[in-house]
Amino acid sequence: MSILGTRVVRTEDPLFLTQGAVYTDDLTDERLTGALHATLVRSTVAHGRVLSVDTSAALEAPGVVAVVTAADLADLTPIPTGFPFVDAKYTRPWLASDVVRFVGDIIAVVLTEERYQGEDAAEMVAVDIDPLPAVVGTVASASDEVVLFPEVGTNVIASFGEPAPDDFFDGCEVVVRQRIINQRVAPVPLETRAASAVWGADGRVTLWCSNQGAQMAKAQVAAWLGLDPALVHLITPAVGGGFGAKIGADPEFALVAQVSKLVQRPVRWAESRSENLVGMLHGRGQDHQIAIGGRRDGTIEAYSLIADQDAGAYPRFAVVLPTLTMLMTAGVYAFPKVHAQARVLATNTTSIGAYRGAGRPEATAAVERAVDLFAAEIGMDPAEVRRINLIPPFDTPHTTSMGATYDNGDYAAALEKALAAAGYDELRAEQARRREAGDVRQLGIGLSVYVEITGAGGESGAPTEDATVEVHPDGTATILTGTSPHGQGHATAWAMIASDQLGIPLDKITVLHGDTDLVPKGGGTMGSRSLQQGGAAVHQAAGELVELARKRAAEKLEANPEDLVVDLGLAGLAVRGTPGVGVTFAELAADEQLLVQTTFSAAAPTFPFGAHVVVVEVDVESGKAEVVRVVAVDDAGTILNPLLADGQRHGGLAQGVAQALLEEVLYDEDGNPTTSTLADYPFISATELPSFELVDMATPTPMNPLGAKGIGEAGTIGSTPATQNAVIDAVAHLGVRHVDMPTTPMRVWRAIQQAAGQGGN
Amino acid sequence: MQVSITVNGQQRTDEVEPRLLLAHYLRETCGLTATNIGCDTTSCGACTVVVDGLSVKSCTVLAASTDGGEVTTLEGLAGPDGELHPMQAAFRAEHGLQCGFCTPGMVMAAIGVLADNPDPSDREVREGLEGNLCRCTGYHNIVRAVQAAAKAGPAAGQVPQAQEVEA
Repeated sequence: MSILGTRVVRTEDPLFLTQGAVYTDDLTDERLTGALHATLVRSTVAHGRVLSVDTSAALEAPGVVAVVTAADLADLTPIPTGFPFVDAKYTRPWLASDVVRFVGDIIAVVLTEERYQGEDAAEMVAVDIDPLPAVVGTVASASDEVVLFPEVGTNVIASFGEPAPDDFFDGCEVVVRQRIINQRVAPVPLETRAASAVWGADGRVTLWCSNQGAQMAKAQVAAWLGLDPALVHLITPAVGGGFGAKIGADPEFALVAQVSKLVQRPVRWAESRSENLVGMLHGRGQDHQIAIGGRRDGTIEAYSLIADQDAGAYPRFAVVLPTLTMLMTAGVYAFPKVHAQARVLATNTTSIGAYRGAGRPEATAAVERAVDLFAAEIGMDPAEVRRINLIPPFDTPHTTSMGATYDNGDYAAALEKALAAAGYDELRAEQARRREAGDVRQLGIGLSVYVEITGAGGESGAPTEDATVEVHPDGTATILTGTSPHGQGHATAWAMIASDQLGIPLDKITVLHGDTDLVPKGGGTMGSRSLQQGGAAVHQAAGELVELARKRAAEKLEANPEDLVVDLGLAGLAVRGTPGVGVTFAELAADEQLLVQTTFSAAAPTFPFGAHVVVVEVDVESGKAEVVRVVAVDDAGTILNPLLADGQRHGGLAQGVAQALLEEVLYDEDGNPTTSTLADYPFISATELPSFELVDMATPTPMNPLGAKGIGEAGTIGSTPATQNAVIDAVAHLGVRHVDMPTTPMRVWRAIQQAAGQGGN
Repeated sequence: MQVSITVNGQQRTDEVEPRLLLAHYLRETCGLTATNIGCDTTSCGACTVVVDGLSVKSCTVLAASTDGGEVTTLEGLAGPDGELHPMQAAFRAEHGLQCGFCTPGMVMAAIGVLADNPDPSDREVREGLEGNLCRCTGYHNIVRAVQAAAKAGPAAGQVPQAQEVEA
């Protein structure tokens, strides 16, 4: 029996559980002996002119070796956005000396012998800033009353799409319109960012940093610092979670390398959580105007989504997030007319980037809310409206009006599975009973049916990935991968794939990644691409290794290559029909290096799908919602290791519930963050979640030989609107039509009061 | 100032700054880097260790105040032959960890949960771990791991030193 598809515990875990994984701040590499500690001085003003930066007192503080300011980095070119369609004048200074544009903008770097000395000295750097009016939120940004980059002349960084034609909703019996806020959230990987750098006598810099793809991070650091890429050796140690926010390099990493060069000492930096919550990319941050029209029989005829994306102060991945949202606008639905349009806007806040799902959760949240609003308007069960409008099952590619080509899908089956597992009819009956009885705790049932795009990115943007498989004379094997695991379990999964073809046991296979000298090419781990591209590359490499071994074994055994078959028990090749006559891969490796390096190219991205049912209880007197059940059908094609796949689903579900129920990054009107510690940011805890009910469904994709689609982000994409819809459903009978996320007790309570016409401001 | 602390069964004496946090003492002075620091407000629990039989957040304890005490970190759980502590084994079997950053603190906190309640319900595990944050697992498999460990017997709720004391 193949090991593929079975529940295999992780090979990574014994180390993680006995010694702890070695993250960037844990490094004890001897090259870092005597390293200075970098402490960044960040702006406490959202928008203002820098009048002076006085480092004199800090320089006198104990242990201070240097305080680096903008003048010390004058040789460097400001950091470009990297997006060719964005005005080139949107650049980020390495250190602010003229204007600060968000609370967290970096002004100086204090270098000290000891870590604690840095905190003390950083407070002694005197920064005088003349405040300017701050731009907070997309509405203020779009007004252009205050412009972040006067040389550009507008806060609109990018625009996509055209307005809908005037007659777009003509003929619809019902049209529902709603503004929906997909709020800004913080990714909060448990490991904050960290970097360490040291320069060698050969002029090369070794840079360790916490990221989701060493090769991309290296390319960015080299380009930003104006270095020949050959002079940058980037190493990704263990990474304590990324969730999209650690894609690529951050300027801080390059800054650590640059100050190390200036002082000619190794330098380490590890940010605190309160620094992380203002300095690291945030996620989401879209302001939607949706309109949905159709007939009273439940047929939806037209749907429009207009999105304003908050980019924060310096354009990062937010610039392209709305394009992913637009691509997936209509989701699983066969709406005859679909319209989408978006702008990307600069604000005096932390920059926004990818966060688990990155643009697709926003699309799903909008359309799933829209369908519920439509269902409520015509008085039809939301499950029934979905049934009427879903794209029928298809097993050959389906191209949407937004230009996405879905590989295969059966959305109706996913929905029915979810409804059956949840006991939908019984839940509705219980809801009716509680409504009739006027219970304080009302039941809410929320649905979402989703499809998303995975594996859209890769090396140089193409859906390709590299892998190397080598068998050694001692019978062990090494896999080099361009993916960048940070919790996903690639060391186990990639070993399973190779073991399945080579018969080498898992404990004899080592998976290496995240070192640009060792693995020069790679696309990293993001966009739910790893298994379908990186795993497929390992599969391809192992297959090619068998063919290479077959040629050599044929010579060695004086046999016809076609007569040789893989003998998994032998971990080698045997002569067909002649048991015991064969040669192991290890023996062949002893004769000559047995190594294959290959590049796998996927035919196209894949489109996993599913349906989620979330059940909440809402206390109508306090407005507090409690999630009591989460039922998830997630179809990600063929599952390699259900243990790992389920783990991905669990984490995604929790983050989706978290956004719907609790989490939001907030700023006051002056651009001061008010959620910049974990005491203020309501990171979801164990008590706020139930255990999850997972339902299996697997429709293999033809896009890769493993049949795998991405599973990393599905949980978040489906559960967010299902939770939001559930909360609203719980109080719909009281006249509540919509509550924005997060559906906090205050918001829900106010919605109830307003619906009852009792004010409640 | 000088402190004498028994760390993972070994007594040591170190010169420390009075303001040095136990978390930094363990990581930097003792070189025990399994204990991680995930926040600066005592919110995340990544730094949880067991001090004199109680699970505590080591970012909120001064090394000085642990003088004369016994501290157990994740590194001190496995047997001398490498045999996993029942909680470690349960976390592996139930896939209770992904990126691993919260794990050392989570495992130590979970031992504390079972020390207080050897057979906790799903809800009781969740309440016991409310102060330990995880972004990867959605807590689902952590809860299962703690309940699975509970079935392994009382050792799952004890750190090795405590066992020796009781024996």
